Amino acid sequence: MAVKNKKLNLKDKYQYLTRDMAWEPTYQKKKDIFPDEDFEGIKITDWSQWEDPFRLTMDAYWKYQAEKEKKLYAIFDAFAQNNGHQNISDARYVNALKLFLTGVSPLEYAAFQGYARVGRQFSGAGARVACQMQAIDELRHSQTQQHAMSHYNKHFNGLHDASHMHDRVWFLSVPKSFFDDARSAGPFEFLTAISFSFEYVLTNLLFVPFMSGAAYNGDMATVTFGFSAQSDEARHMTLGLEVIKFILEQHEDNVPIVQRWIDKWFWRGFRLLSLVGMMMDYMLPNKVMSWAEAWEVYYEQNGGALFKDLERYGIRPPKYQDVANDAKNHVSHQAWSTFYQYSQATNFHTWMPEEDEMKWLSEKYPETFDKYYRDRFEHWDKEQKAGRRFYNNTLPQLCQVCQIPTIFTEKDDPSMLSHRQIQHEGERYHFCSDGCCDIFKNEPEKYIQAWLPVHQIYQGNCEGADVETVVSKYYHIKLGEDNLEYLGSPDHQRWLEIKGLKPRASKPGSEQDAA
Amino acid sequence: MSVNAISEYKAEPKDRVENFHGMQLLYIYWPHHLMFCSPFAVMVAPDMTFGDFLEQVLKPAVASHPDSARADFLKAEWKLNDEPFTPDVSATMKDSGIDHKSMLTVTTPGLDGISGSGS
Amino acid sequence: MSQLVFIAFQDNDNARYLVEAIQEDNPEAEVQHQPAMIRIQAEKRLVINRETMEEKLGRDWDVQEMLIDVISIGGNVDEDDDHFILQWN
Repeated sequence: MAVKNKKLNLKDKYQYLTRDMAWEPTYQKKKDIFPDEDFEGIKITDWSQWEDPFRLTMDAYWKYQAEKEKKLYAIFDAFAQNNGHQNISDARYVNALKLFLTGVSPLEYAAFQGYARVGRQFSGAGARVACQMQAIDELRHSQTQQHAMSHYNKHFNGLHDASHMHDRVWFLSVPKSFFDDARSAGPFEFLTAISFSFEYVLTNLLFVPFMSGAAYNGDMATVTFGFSAQSDEARHMTLGLEVIKFILEQHEDNVPIVQRWIDKWFWRGFRLLSLVGMMMDYMLPNKVMSWAEAWEVYYEQNGGALFKDLERYGIRPPKYQDVANDAKNHVSHQAWSTFYQYSQATNFHTWMPEEDEMKWLSEKYPETFDKYYRDRFEHWDKEQKAGRRFYNNTLPQLCQVCQIPTIFTEKDDPSMLSHRQIQHEGERYHFCSDGCCDIFKNEPEKYIQAWLPVHQIYQGNCEGADVETVVSKYYHIKLGEDNLEYLGSPDHQRWLEIKGLKPRASKPGSEQDAA
Repeated sequence: MSVNAISEYKAEPKDRVENFHGMQLLYIYWPHHLMFCSPFAVMVAPDMTFGDFLEQVLKPAVASHPDSARADFLKAEWKLNDEPFTPDVSATMKDSGIDHKSMLTVTTPGLDGISGSGS
Repeated sequence: MSQLVFIAFQDNDNARYLVEAIQEDNPEAEVQHQPAMIRIQAEKRLVINRETMEEKLGRDWDVQEMLIDVISIGGNVDEDDDHFILQWN
């Protein structure tokens, strides 16, 4: 009976194992130890006010993380042993994983580096410990995602060189530059960008409905790493919210700085998520919910509740939130149109939705799909059936900030592209929106150096002048295997063979199935 | 405003005209033809004539669109960097005031994309 | 405007007990079943009590054990040895 009383309660344990492990320096100045804590203008008067609501200590962290890993790898093993890839809904689905592995998993690694760095910058022990745990989490996510998808790499194309592609391929400069922007900011902006704006406000949209969709498409390995990662995310999100509240409570001068960061990082995150919108609406053969529905639940409803809670600190919802809310009915179609026409330069395949999928899109997007997108898609479908599959043979204009082609339309006129141009120190710069243009104007020096893939090709920095050479030599995308249309692709052929819909081409020396 | 940094922060624009080996960037937007997802980004020589640009750059870029055969780009409405613009087929890019990273917008009244959908 | 807190769990054996305990302690909460996950939302506040969970499980239960099965949350977190609370102020 007395044994139980000897156990420390959560609050005491956290106090002993986190805060009390820190010390006040005596022979070095604090400013010298933590030199980067104040250059952003954020004023912290009392670090002891920092709250870690989960009160997670290192011993408990290892215990629970080990348990998560054991569960996760048991499923990976079962998935591989049972040839789980044969039980997915359709091989078109795998293309979402190709985008995930090249576009998202490297961001997990970038987040690991980011948290490892900023965890060193804070003089408060609570913040340092939270960042340390998150750094380890992010490394784990990067690794488990690569493990999970390595099974698909044995059976499908386009998954063979993800980190190389992340550094070079045109559309992957979108996620890459997003994280580089955050990692090259100061420690408080990094936390506002990644912990708050990205993790708290936006990652649910990636990991919850999309992963639920993975389950619905028979991909147990992906749903498991997704949800296992997201279980860490719940802790990260809590950190994100606490960070913001902590900074805002410390000093009123922090409010306008934080508001500007929230405006910037909401917009950058929203643009980045265009990719996820398209994955949900077009790359999941079995649909769970539309991108617009996910946006309504996870941004309008949950984000609305959050910003209402933050009102008392003088924080308002992000600027251009109205544009983002309106765009929920457009972005997935616009992004898919873009990848469809530039599939000659992607490591995944694209296709036109089948008839029942078109019907689903009309139902889910009654205001926009038939009016603005259906004719385009039907035309492309017709062209393809006539042997003229459409590819755009001219390179696109890119936004100087988000680096996405300037494909988005005006909120009040979806028939016109949203385009902004300004001149800065004698150079012209082009943007997809007021949101991105504002970000540029606030810190022009940062964005004038943008490595824009289209301009780099034209400058001759990508190992060739024509698309084929750039794609194969510089990107390491295998022509005719990884890229182009899905129908008739090697992946498609392989899938038909797996499903027994087409006799297997006889290949000498691969007779193991005969046994 | 400028970047808050731990030391003096200086940067060079990555896309200065000097980096394009004598060529310059040009963007072209054909409204109501969103089958082309964004304005085109092309490289042109500053001494290319506008007529050559139409024949050798613009027409091949839009050739796959069903409206392209009916588009009379010379009689169309042009804008250069959002200002009204009158094309002269014999003038060069440079003489036409089309500088590096300029954007041309060409509207063809009566042509509204696939089935009039703006695509 | 309505201000919903939410919690989502993996749809697994552990989560069954969590959902039962939550429903018992938060009769107003709405439970949504989606592929591979269970999402529970409630106006302003949602609580998980250790005592209820221990009753459901028939064993000792540490509040932090929920970290293994949770997918996501929305709301301010207040956690101690006896409960896990999500709320908007």
